[in-house]
Amino acid sequence: MVKVLMKGNEVIGEAAIQADCYYFFGYPITPQSELVAYMAKRLPEVGGVFLQAESEISAINMVYGAASAGVRVMTSSSSPGFSLKQEGISYLAGAELPAVIVNVGRGGPGLGNIQPAQSDYFQVTKGGGHGDYYTPVLAPSSLQEIAELTQEGFRIADQYRTPVIILGDGMLGQMMEPVDFDAVEKVDQVFAKEWATTGTKGDGGPKTITSLDLNDVLLEERNHRLQAKYQEIRDKEVKVICHYEEEADWFVVAYGTVGRIVQSAVEKAREEGVNVGLIRPVSLWPFPHETISGFSETSSHILVVEMSAGQMVEDVRLAVEGKAPVSFYGRNGGVIPSVGEILEQIMKIDAGVTVR
Amino acid sequence: MKTVFEKTSGLTEKETHYCPGCTHGIIHRITAEVLEELNVLEQTIGVASVGCSVLSYDYFNCDMTQAAHGRAPAVATGIRRVLPEDRIIFTYQGDGDLASIGMGEIVHSAARSENITVIFVNNAIYGMTGGQMAPTTLTGQKTVTSPEGRNTAMQGLPIRVAEMLSTLDGATYIERVSVHDVAHIMKTKKALKRAFETQKAGLGFTMIEILSTCPTNWGIDPEESLSFIKEEMIPYYPLGVFQDRRKEKG
Ligand SMILES: Cc1ncc(C[n+]2csc(CCOP(=O)(O)OP(=O)(O)O)c2C)c(N)n1
Ligand code: SF4
Repeated sequence: MVKVLMKGNEVIGEAAIQADCYYFFGYPITPQSELVAYMAKRLPEVGGVFLQAESEISAINMVYGAASAGVRVMTSSSSPGFSLKQEGISYLAGAELPAVIVNVGRGGPGLGNIQPAQSDYFQVTKGGGHGDYYTPVLAPSSLQEIAELTQEGFRIADQYRTPVIILGDGMLGQMMEPVDFDAVEKVDQVFAKEWATTGTKGDGGPKTITSLDLNDVLLEERNHRLQAKYQEIRDKEVKVICHYEEEADWFVVAYGTVGRIVQSAVEKAREEGVNVGLIRPVSLWPFPHETISGFSETSSHILVVEMSAGQMVEDVRLAVEGKAPVSFYGRNGGVIPSVGEILEQIMKIDAGVTVR
Repeated sequence: MKTVFEKTSGLTEKETHYCPGCTHGIIHRITAEVLEELNVLEQTIGVASVGCSVLSYDYFNCDMTQAAHGRAPAVATGIRRVLPEDRIIFTYQGDGDLASIGMGEIVHSAARSENITVIFVNNAIYGMTGGQMAPTTLTGQKTVTSPEGRNTAMQGLPIRVAEMLSTLDGATYIERVSVHDVAHIMKTKKALKRAFETQKAGLGFTMIEILSTCPTNWGIDPEESLSFIKEEMIPYYPLGVFQDRRKEKG
């Protein structure tokens, strides 16, 4: 049980290696570049391969090639670079190839800035690329959780043959925290990849990996298969952490970096006698609709806080279905909301002040 | 009875979808024959690109992965970097795929001297999407997006990919060949064999650019198409070896 003090981006890299991912194709962009550098240093030490691609598009397509050859593989980027990866992610989804893709989000749109933001929520949770597909999205809020969810990310990717996204932001990527890797449960399931294109020697006829079905009926069948898989993921892979769920009168919903800031605000509000709780979605897709829907039956209010102009709030509203008033508080452009300002919102709402 | 000709085991039984007179089929066959003759079919992974050859994964009798438009060299790089050295990896790409959308991927794969073989089919036009101008379309050549003929003042000059990539130190073997007659088909087969042997020896990036027909979109019959290669394309795209660092690297 040794805790090591590490930077968030490096924790992602180390966690991937501990999840038996020995292949990484990357391209530098702030605030995730330390991950690329970490992999460049560490992977050769453990017999793996690091390659700096000429672009995010190339990197994700190298991932496509490596995944088609049956190995665990990762790439990472930050918002503008993540946009470039969308083409490849759609192809990975279509060809049903497992891979883990990290987005350490920053302010946008466009070149934006390099401060932390959560404004890629729509892009990561609603498919993002072309076609009917989803990618599981895991959103850690501490470095210890990064280590756990990276392990989970590779399990989900392999089990369902799907690309998985780990969504962080510049704050998680840049901060330092002690991490106990020994406490992380390793994936011990074996995922045989008979489908991989590795050459046919000894294993029957030629195999093909493609996302193409020129015939409409066949493509519809592929889509049905994908949708059935997404339903299974919705049924089995929802992750959400709730605080004070038994007693709270009302709830704040927040994820990732904001989830931890809100947690501090909730604690402070409770010290002042406010009976508020926290719902922190950990899987953003599949979204914890049922949990939120359940709490909205008894909750007098739901406040959503995000580092965006309001994106996850749409999913919360869908889950609440009008059963409770939903309000939103957000900062964007890379501004991190403080505990104080969130506490102020909580106090206002608790006092019956209608926000928005 | 003596067998004088047999279908290569490098191709599947599937009938190809190529238009009459299209030389994609010939290029498939000689590529497959080379893979069979080198006895590497069981350790080969081909990467199909986007274009008329998109379905080549149905025709080659080896493992195949289908890449996004232009990205085949990146996909091939991913495969190369994770599989054992004995694997043979090739991409099969059209000129729109490789020289337009995929220009970045091909340049950098060559620069890294990625140990792959690129089969680059140059028919001076986009076939699959219905005959639009390609980066390789000849000056004055009519296509649906250059209806008055390619105007270099407006649309720039056609790109000579073999020459361009040859300037990169990573390029090990680069040759331009043609399939407009039997003699040239045999030469093309030899070039392909040389490229795959170079890869087998681990010597790095090889590309064979093959001048090919598109009777359908050129709007001329198959025979005239062969003359078009000879009389119009070869003068601008000269045949020959543009880079050969096999000795140096071997
Ligand atoms: C991202 C993207 N852009 C455009 C297309 C449409 N498209 C399909 S094939 C093709 C051109 C292929 O031409 P070429 O590579 O010369 O091959 P050919 O069909 O002539 O053999 C294009 C533009 C696509 N599939 N994907
Ligand atoms: S459209 Fe042109 S390149 Fe495509 S199969 Fe027909 S002749 Fe060949």
